[in-house]
Amino acid sequence: MSLFSHRAHTSVKESSSLATASSSWQKRASNGLSLTHRRAAIPPWLMNTGSLIIMGLLVLLSLSIGVADFSWAGMLQSVISHSANSDSSLMLVSRMPRTIAIILTGVAMAVAGIIIQVVLKNRFVEPSMVGATQSAALGLLVVSLLFPASALIIKMGVATIAAVFGMMLFMLLIHRIPPTDFLMIPLIGIVFGGIIEAVTTFIAYQTESLQMLSVWQFGDFSGVLAGRYELLWLTGGLCILAYIIADKLTIVGLGDNIALNLGISKRQVTWLGVGMVAMMSAVVVVTVGMIPFIGLVVPNIVSRVMGDKLRRSLPAVALLGASAVLLCDIIGRTIRYPFEVPVATVFGVVGTVLFLWLLLRAPSER
Amino acid sequence: MLSPSRPSSTKSDSTHTSPAINDQYSSATGQSHLTQFWAFIANHPKSIAAVILLVSMTLFLTLNVNGHWDFALPLRGKKLLALMVVGYAIGVSTLLFQTLTHNPILTPSLLGFDSLYVLLQSLLVFFLGAISFTSINPIAKFTLEIVLMFGASLLLFQLLFSKSSQDLTRLILVGVIFGVLFRSLSALIARLINPDDFVVVQSASYAQFNTVNPQLLGISLFICLISGWFIWRWRYQCDVLMLGKAQATNLGINYQRLAFGLLTVIAVLVATATALVGPVTFFGLLVCALTNRIARHMYHSERLILVSLVAMICLVLGQTVFEQVLGMAGVLSVVIELAGGIVFLLLIFMTQRH
Repeated sequence: MSLFSHRAHTSVKESSSLATASSSWQKRASNGLSLTHRRAAIPPWLMNTGSLIIMGLLVLLSLSIGVADFSWAGMLQSVISHSANSDSSLMLVSRMPRTIAIILTGVAMAVAGIIIQVVLKNRFVEPSMVGATQSAALGLLVVSLLFPASALIIKMGVATIAAVFGMMLFMLLIHRIPPTDFLMIPLIGIVFGGIIEAVTTFIAYQTESLQMLSVWQFGDFSGVLAGRYELLWLTGGLCILAYIIADKLTIVGLGDNIALNLGISKRQVTWLGVGMVAMMSAVVVVTVGMIPFIGLVVPNIVSRVMGDKLRRSLPAVALLGASAVLLCDIIGRTIRYPFEVPVATVFGVVGTVLFLWLLLRAPSER
Repeated sequence: MLSPSRPSSTKSDSTHTSPAINDQYSSATGQSHLTQFWAFIANHPKSIAAVILLVSMTLFLTLNVNGHWDFALPLRGKKLLALMVVGYAIGVSTLLFQTLTHNPILTPSLLGFDSLYVLLQSLLVFFLGAISFTSINPIAKFTLEIVLMFGASLLLFQLLFSKSSQDLTRLILVGVIFGVLFRSLSALIARLINPDDFVVVQSASYAQFNTVNPQLLGISLFICLISGWFIWRWRYQCDVLMLGKAQATNLGINYQRLAFGLLTVIAVLVATATALVGPVTFFGLLVCALTNRIARHMYHSERLILVSLVAMICLVLGQTVFEQVLGMAGVLSVVIELAGGIVFLLLIFMTQRH
């Protein structure tokens, strides 16, 4: 597989002048390739090891911060003596699940972001900008109102299907937009998401379920306890699947002609990508709520350093996504200690500032 | 960016078509009074809009009162006045903003100006605390807010139009993201202050048409009168401004001064509307698109009046229908955002096709 992808890249570089439909993705992809070849100062293993160390430190920090009394000494004692005390149960019931949930969510949103960017061949989109998370919340609201007693997995299934439909509608809408106008797609996506959100708010207002809705619309980890987050492991599986098909995704991102030339079914990969993004968004919305801008900011930063070959950049994207959410959650927990600010609020500020930076420094296409 | 010639071409189109339509109608003798009636409506948009507004005002004041006139009339009268002030402020500020930027898609709220006002309010609460914030004279507070708003919106305008004026899509996207950033910052500040202050901020950051802030009614009316006087004096200069910056300067307009004046009025009106009802993203766009559709010319003397009337009708009639007929008082803002969002997408797709 890796040999194949290597060949794919060399042939792409040779035929890059032949590429007909120019998209932002493609231009950046070729830029990114030459960039990484010119500037191979940070090899992937170094980058990933560095991110892993940072993430490890953040995990330790995340485990030790909280309102309840907790000491690592007590924890160690309980491990040595094989008996549960208050420290270890706190760790197992609250701190550990929360940290795992944060990591899984960060990984899922960042990976979902890079998948949707490849599938739409546009750098400035993410699940909440193509209507995926908003449609998932709408589906979730409808199923909770019609069948309040249904199991969580069924609700998640309905939310996934709703997210797929929302993304299909969006792709239908932007079908006629020329790929050169690459900022138009996120703009339409934001308004499209706003319209779906308005419909959802209307339904919730009429049925007096605004409070239920706000839980899904604002990502927040304060409610995560053992037994309430396990669905998120599904996204871990999806991320492994994304790594398995990474080369196919890269090739689809290079353009329709190249994909056809290399024998990749664009339609099949696109649908697989859409389905995966829908499922990740639905799971995250069901368990912790929407966290915008992770899927946008993290892949953009990583691709600036590592280029666009997914097999190489996907682990870095996942690690950086997890670290970003961990950091924002820690900020949210400490900024007004002992109270908590939801992670979505913190990331709303951090993410928009980073996005504005990306937008204002990206050169104009014309 | 759309060329400044578009408004003038639309103008010539509409002035040419309406007599042509009349000829057509008069030549077709088989056509009855109905078509003449429609032609009459199309030719007198201002008077028709005024009649509709009067009818909706009457309905708003009288529907479902059930005899409690002494209670209902003052309450509803205040609400009616506030809605009309908001309609005027949003409609006129959006229209002037579109003239200033030569673009029928841009609106102040789309570029984050009303979120900026909400952020300023939250910052004031954060630094002064809710107690001193509510105990200051509301008029003094409002004046302070408007001064801050003016400075901040000047900065934002400068930032948006110096960095990215050559690319419309980038400009709108940057503006929209600035709006999101301001909203997130207000949300973050709302979480950092204590719960009492939180209520003050929270009530300011959601659009609500059924509970308007009555304290500011007097000063808002005053602002409307003053701004109306200025705008009416500038109406011909605005017409010239629509030809583009170079042409306007060539024809003897002091561009810097007019742009500065217009931006001042826009900032003040946005602050007024947002203080009364909270931020509404797409209302101005919706109203201006409607106005440009039904206006016969692009002259500001016509469109300024028409846009105020249309905005007032939307708010007053909409609130009457939703509050009295359907019994859903808080829904109007959601419906307006929905319709406005769809209008925005339609406008985008229409410009794409050109």
